Amino acid sequence: MPQKKLSIRIDGELISALEGQTILQAARANKKYIPTLCALEGLTPVGACRICLVEVSGSERLFPACTTPIQEGMSVITNSPRLTRYRRITLELLLIERNHVCAVCVSNGHCELQAMATAFGISTVELAYNFPKLSLDMSHPRFVLDHNRCILCTRCVRVCAELEGAQVWELISRGIHARIVSELNEKWGNAASCTSCGKCVQACPTGALAEKGRAVEEMTKNLEAVTSLVHRRGVQA
Amino acid sequence: MKRITIEPVSRIEGHAKIDIQFDDQGHVAGTQFHVTQVRGFEKFTEGRPFYEMPGITARICGICPISHLLASSKACDAIMAVRIPPAARKLRQLIHFAQIVQSHALSFFYLSAPDFLLGMDSDAASRNILGVIAANPELARDGIELRKFGLLIVEGLAQERVHPSWVVPGGVAAPLSSTIRDRILSELPAAHAIAERTLRFFKGTLDEYKEEIEFFGSAPTMYAGLVDRKGNLELYDGGLRFRSTAGDIIEDQIAAEDYAQWIGEASLRESYLKAPFFKPQGFPAGVYRVGPLARLNAADSCGTPHAEAEFKEFHQRFGTMVHSAFLYHYARLIEIVYALEKIEMLLSDPQILDTHVRAGAGVNALEGVGMIEAPRGTLIHHYKVNEEGAITWANLIVATGHNNLAIGRSVQQVAEHFIDGAKLNEGMLNRVSAVVRAYDPCLSCSTHASGLLALRVRLLDSNGALLDELASN
Repeated sequence: MPQKKLSIRIDGELISALEGQTILQAARANKKYIPTLCALEGLTPVGACRICLVEVSGSERLFPACTTPIQEGMSVITNSPRLTRYRRITLELLLIERNHVCAVCVSNGHCELQAMATAFGISTVELAYNFPKLSLDMSHPRFVLDHNRCILCTRCVRVCAELEGAQVWELISRGIHARIVSELNEKWGNAASCTSCGKCVQACPTGALAEKGRAVEEMTKNLEAVTSLVHRRGVQA
Repeated sequence: MKRITIEPVSRIEGHAKIDIQFDDQGHVAGTQFHVTQVRGFEKFTEGRPFYEMPGITARICGICPISHLLASSKACDAIMAVRIPPAARKLRQLIHFAQIVQSHALSFFYLSAPDFLLGMDSDAASRNILGVIAANPELARDGIELRKFGLLIVEGLAQERVHPSWVVPGGVAAPLSSTIRDRILSELPAAHAIAERTLRFFKGTLDEYKEEIEFFGSAPTMYAGLVDRKGNLELYDGGLRFRSTAGDIIEDQIAAEDYAQWIGEASLRESYLKAPFFKPQGFPAGVYRVGPLARLNAADSCGTPHAEAEFKEFHQRFGTMVHSAFLYHYARLIEIVYALEKIEMLLSDPQILDTHVRAGAGVNALEGVGMIEAPRGTLIHHYKVNEEGAITWANLIVATGHNNLAIGRSVQQVAEHFIDGAKLNEGMLNRVSAVVRAYDPCLSCSTHASGLLALRVRLLDSNGALLDELASN
């Protein structure tokens, strides 16, 4: 049975979208840009990063576009001074929470967090840096996990579970203490379920997951490798 | 007892201050050279993957990031236990010589030329690169052009002028294109001409600086510098040679990994900069100097035609062992000639275009040392890693560190000779700063200390009360 079509407005423009689609999906299908960090085509959306927050008429609350389903007659605003302010604060919080030292990062110049911060004109942050002392996991023969650069988007968790089917990655602890762990908090190199496919590395938006031996600025991610797989397998989020 | 503090010392890279104490008769009783910042690279890099070290340690310096990239990458090569491809070695040498040219040009034209072009006693307000431009536009233009040439090569190879990441463990990230090679070659004759012109100019002014040559840090020290197997000047590879004050070779061909047998490091109470010393002679007797002057004292010859001729003339004028720190400037200019000749030789070698420029490996040794001659002297990076490749310990001996003791002594000598506590003037104090500048010390990663930093001189009495203050911009 064909999916029901719904009429919604995005930034005032009337568009037609399919029932069951999220605001983000409807927007992208109609070439409307909403900034995202944790969303990745083909993976279950989780609304972790809060960058895609949008305004919906009739509600004071802001909604994450990646997890909010569209409704008939919904009117969405994707860009406003208020949204820009919130997105900037969200980005600043991500930047101060851990140790993002772009200048000496393997992903410098190829990082989604950095690109997003640049797009929002963030050249300095107003909040105090947290400077947590975080570890690296270098036990895997081919890859490295650096918690300093992780923004807890959980793309790695989802790509491993949903596309590779290995379920190596998981989240541990809560709030500011949360971090990703491999296989019941075992060292990555000891994780028997890891197939070393590298999808988590390619899906990671920052330098948190990287290939070993990549020097500063050398870690370019191949998101295409992940999303094309989604299309080939016909995986639907 | 009076005390003068020169803070900050201007036209150097980094932050330093000098204290001069006077006795009751107004004579200099003592001096201290303080480096006033702590950096902590050796500590905060612990736990990082070793292959990130070149990128991280390059941030030590904005003037010579290439030196740190190279020394660090060599230490990483040792950890990977790889022999890098021949083309990679040549490309690393090429970028190194380019950096020597630009860094020496910066030191000579931008930082020190104001002193010897405009005079040590000239108006402090215009004693900077802008003053040089006004007084001798041709010389200033030459300086800018020469620096530009060095940076043209750096940019051509590495895509970025400052803090490129092109030098990597195992080699370099990308080969050289023939277009870039040809462009560099086409601009090389102009650079040669500038180097020659400047040497001629500088040699012409030497007679005016007899007093400075005699009293600017002329106390004999030992010298250290890299030389090749034949004893020729070497800046990228080679072994370390120590020469005594009299010119005897005390140690020769010290391999990078053996440096700690010969070089000890002492901590000083008055400075964040440690003081390396020659171990067999202990501290502080084992004072030695590095850098352009030391290299020309350590080597038997330059090994390239034009530089060799200048090398011979240099030693004919000032003897087999040249001790005056003022002549660092002269040595720097000879090294520019040498570097330009080396650049030409490297670019004439077809192998420089080879596309095999990187060797790959994991951790094959748990320790590695990289040693090169940075523009300011011998630079050593020493890392230890665990089996996963995380840094567990790091030691860096940065070129200026070796000169720490000698700079302190030179300051003392200049202060004693030129400063009279009873009749203080700015020109006297500038000479104290100028002797520090002669060493071209790189005390930090800051590039912003190029000529316009405020010079603040404070006269304090023995209780620390301010008696007088002299300030300039």
